[in-house]
Amino acid sequence: MRKALPAAIPFLVVTLALEWLVRAGFVPAFLVPPPSAVLQTMIHDWPELFAALLKTSAGAVIGFALSAIGGIAFAVFLSSSRAIQRAFYPYAVFFQTVPIIAIAPLLVIWFGYGMRTVVASAFIASIFPVIANTLSGILSTDPALRDLFRLYGATSSATLWKLRIPAAMPQILTGLRIAGGLAVIGAIVGEFLGGQGLGSVVDIARTQQRTDKVFAAVLLASVLGLALFGFINIVSRLALRRWHASEQN
Amino acid sequence: MTEAGVALRLQNIRRAFGDLTVIDNLSLDIVAGEFLAILGPSGCGKSTLLRIVAGLTPPDSGTLQITPPDLRFQNAFVFQEAHLLPWRTVLENAALPLELMGVDAAERTARARATLAEVGLADAESRYPAQLSGGMRMRVSLARALVTKPRLLLLDEPFAALDEITRFRLDVRLRDLWIERGMTVIFVTHSITEAAFLADRAVVLTRRGCGVKLDRRLDLPRARDNDLRLSPQLAVEMQALLGAMEEEG
Ligand SMILES: Nc1ncnc2c1ncn2[C@@H]1O[C@H](COP(=O)(O)OP(=O)(O)O)[C@@H](O)[C@H]1O
Ligand SMILES: [Mg+2]
Repeated sequence: MRKALPAAIPFLVVTLALEWLVRAGFVPAFLVPPPSAVLQTMIHDWPELFAALLKTSAGAVIGFALSAIGGIAFAVFLSSSRAIQRAFYPYAVFFQTVPIIAIAPLLVIWFGYGMRTVVASAFIASIFPVIANTLSGILSTDPALRDLFRLYGATSSATLWKLRIPAAMPQILTGLRIAGGLAVIGAIVGEFLGGQGLGSVVDIARTQQRTDKVFAAVLLASVLGLALFGFINIVSRLALRRWHASEQN
Repeated sequence: MTEAGVALRLQNIRRAFGDLTVIDNLSLDIVAGEFLAILGPSGCGKSTLLRIVAGLTPPDSGTLQITPPDLRFQNAFVFQEAHLLPWRTVLENAALPLELMGVDAAERTARARATLAEVGLADAESRYPAQLSGGMRMRVSLARALVTKPRLLLLDEPFAALDEITRFRLDVRLRDLWIERGMTVIFVTHSITEAAFLADRAVVLTRRGCGVKLDRRLDLPRARDNDLRLSPQLAVEMQALLGAMEEEG
């Protein structure tokens, strides 16, 4: 709780400043709602918003889990040879460059309205950093240690599980941290077009000019992003605290 | 002497990297149980030679004959730095080779413990590499190499990064271990003092093409301690090695 304090201060300052700017008439309330109005909406529409939050969370978390598993597995596959990397890495980059908003309509056509589209969108938006970071971690495994494993006749699965994956763990976790936020964005984009959740709340509120409700939903989406980020930080701390400088002290 | 060392015969070994011929037509006979030091200017191919002997890289031509042949895992390799697995405890690091060779958990723990005691690390088994000094890490690395009871121990400038007093202690310990175990040792170094202090035979390589500049039997007592370092006998041997090194420098 004490560690959250420094982050709470800018939030409070900006909130209070916004409130003042809107009330004093510097910013019109239909463009930026005063934070007090957002809070009221949050309370008033809580059942609807909370249900949407749960839906979005499910979509984002499932999409994130799939890209964590799929991304690590794909990176392991890519790391197996330089030829395989040349053949397949460009397609991984596709996930990085594809504008998720542009292919979301296709996802709706393929997966229909609902959770599957949302999960697919979260997955596509978040898998690339997992692949890229895992691959770079695996490829930078200490060559002396690879020699050592070879010297003792280690099988390739022993080398993978006892050397390459643990050695890449700091970078895998960096990839997952980035992927968490992207999965939330992906889920919301998916919901814009083909699902129910915070994304659809935003979309509907927008057409009704309910900026207060848009803000309330966006706020909840960022809380979800933060929660995912916090979860990965805890995992990272548990996994690395004994040996990696990034998690010591 | 429980583990006899292996004998080695290198004949007309050649190895090039692209246009750069690192080792050209090198022949060397190493007697079973010998402690051989290999000296040479930096970049002359000492590490390459050691990797060829370890089977980590093949020669372009020439033959390497080990007697008795084909014993699996009879080699051990110690690198210039400790190269431990930072996510494993000292004990788990020392037991790694046995683990990769498929020795069961109880036996490998017992053997790793015994070997750690031999290098003076009995109390450190549950610590992580990040919590150790450079000298202790190198001791773990030595224990990891010795745990399989190798018949050929290859060391590539292992103590070069340590402070002098730590290096002196490890030199003495290594020499004692060699006397106790009777394995064949090839110790690569660029330190004339260290080569003369440790070995029974020293080979100085030429700067280019990696021929043998000097092959000298060192006339020093079998058991060695730090008193030897200031003795006239050692000075005589160092003088001879220095002369050969200077002609190459
Ligand atoms: N894998 C490699 N690829 C290309 N050149 C190499 C490789 N390994 C070593 N060399 C070159 O071979 C020469 C000898 O290297 P090395 O055996 O490491 O020398 P030393 O251990 O005596 O310092 C150096 O010039 C080095 O740059
Ligand atoms: Mg070298």
